[in-house]
Amino acid sequence: MSLLARAREWLDERFHWAEIVAPLEKKTVPLHKLSPWYFLGGITLFLFMIQVCTGILLLLYYRPGANEAFESVQYIMTRVQFGWLVRSIHSWAANLMILTAFAHMFSVVFLRAYRKPREMTWVSGMLLLFLAMGFGFSGYLLPWNTLAFFATKVGTEITGQVPVVGHSMMVFLRGGEEVTGATLTRFFGFHVAVLPGLTTLLILVHIALVQYFGMSVPPGVEERWKASPGEARQMKFFPNFFLRELMAWYIALGVLGTLAAILPWDLGTKADPFAPAPAGIRPEWYFMFMFQTLKEIPAKLWFLDGELVGILMFGAAGGLWLLLPFFDPLARGRGRRFIMGAGIFALSYMIAMTVYGYVAK
Amino acid sequence: MQSDDSPPAGAPRRRFVEVLLGGGLFASFLSFVYPVLRYLIPPPVADLGGDEVVAGKVGDLKPNGSKIFRFGTRPALLLMTAEGEYRALSAVCTHLSCTVQYRSDLHQIWCACHNGLYELNGRNASGPPPRPLEVFQVHVRGDELVVSRKREA
Repeated sequence: MSLLARAREWLDERFHWAEIVAPLEKKTVPLHKLSPWYFLGGITLFLFMIQVCTGILLLLYYRPGANEAFESVQYIMTRVQFGWLVRSIHSWAANLMILTAFAHMFSVVFLRAYRKPREMTWVSGMLLLFLAMGFGFSGYLLPWNTLAFFATKVGTEITGQVPVVGHSMMVFLRGGEEVTGATLTRFFGFHVAVLPGLTTLLILVHIALVQYFGMSVPPGVEERWKASPGEARQMKFFPNFFLRELMAWYIALGVLGTLAAILPWDLGTKADPFAPAPAGIRPEWYFMFMFQTLKEIPAKLWFLDGELVGILMFGAAGGLWLLLPFFDPLARGRGRRFIMGAGIFALSYMIAMTVYGYVAK
Repeated sequence: MQSDDSPPAGAPRRRFVEVLLGGGLFASFLSFVYPVLRYLIPPPVADLGGDEVVAGKVGDLKPNGSKIFRFGTRPALLLMTAEGEYRALSAVCTHLSCTVQYRSDLHQIWCACHNGLYELNGRNASGPPPRPLEVFQVHVRGDELVVSRKREA
């Protein structure tokens, strides 16, 4: 008997392993021309695992603190063997993860995979996206370079504009009235302890929900399959889809490694809190559409602060977006087209504003 | 997904593909593990100061007094005997590397961790220390006390 079979038997005798994995073996993945979109969530998960591994590696040498952070990252990149590669992979994987998470989200919107009974899967996914952006925002500051310092200053200042609770939120984020070493310590704590814990928990919930409900079939395909059940195609999740997913991960790893090696992430210059902000201060690309919008809004709209209007608008849009699946049953025919339209508008707006932000300077 | 006309497991062509796939995966796995293993090895710390260091100034110490100074990356002990003679020794206990101190009451060097005692010439006198402390040379250069490693010759 092979070692694997013996291990399986050992587990089976004690934990009824076969019963535990039975649902996995029964699980199937619907096969249609839109099936490739099913891979995106898995790739995002894979990139998150890469982040955990490379993050732990970086922790071996990184030191939080205004006097040490920049130097320690410099040390990682110049003295530690393959340190430049580890940091570059961490940065690239972070960006690719946000990208695949956004792609995953929009694919769910356009395939209407969020509809009943998967509302909570959508909500948990959206919360994960917010957490991922929190990871990005907090991680951006950790090298303590000029670009990150001012981006954090601007980012937290925007938080401060929120009515009533804004100022307290800003002080909480900054660990004081200004962006200082105290901010760095906080962001470090969020980045390596609070966010990973929450995210891991929420990922488990998200995956459990996906397992529980199974894969959503796009409405068009579902109708066709209902009309002629003979046309319905599916694939066993394990091992058939699982192996394909592994292949997708392998390709993602290839892309990631290539990008990290060919375009290693820059460190920039050390932040100086008392130097004027240099030209070209900008946040990470996934905040660019908001950043650019706030830049374009005039200082005063009627009697309201322009900035404030922008923030409230993004807050409201984000809230509505989070609750998207709950509007879906209310809207029929025309209303549904309206939701699709809103999705297309959101995607085009984000792309256009991001491009504009990079071109306009 | 196995169709009926696929060759049985162990057929040469299938075996070849399996070896190719497995070998490729294994090789790429090695290429991930290798940088990580190298990354885990901390870079060597530059030995600051080299073989010679200014440990203090004449007048820093009184007879039967001592101070700890930095010699390269490790602590060292500079002391003045009751007779007014300078001595410099490694301050790293040969037992488990605690930092030793001069006991003016005993006229001996004492390690607080496990109660080890050394004579002022570095010899391990009592307690767990297995070897004597390394002894350095002290030169008075101007008003500076310069400590250097003894040259083997």
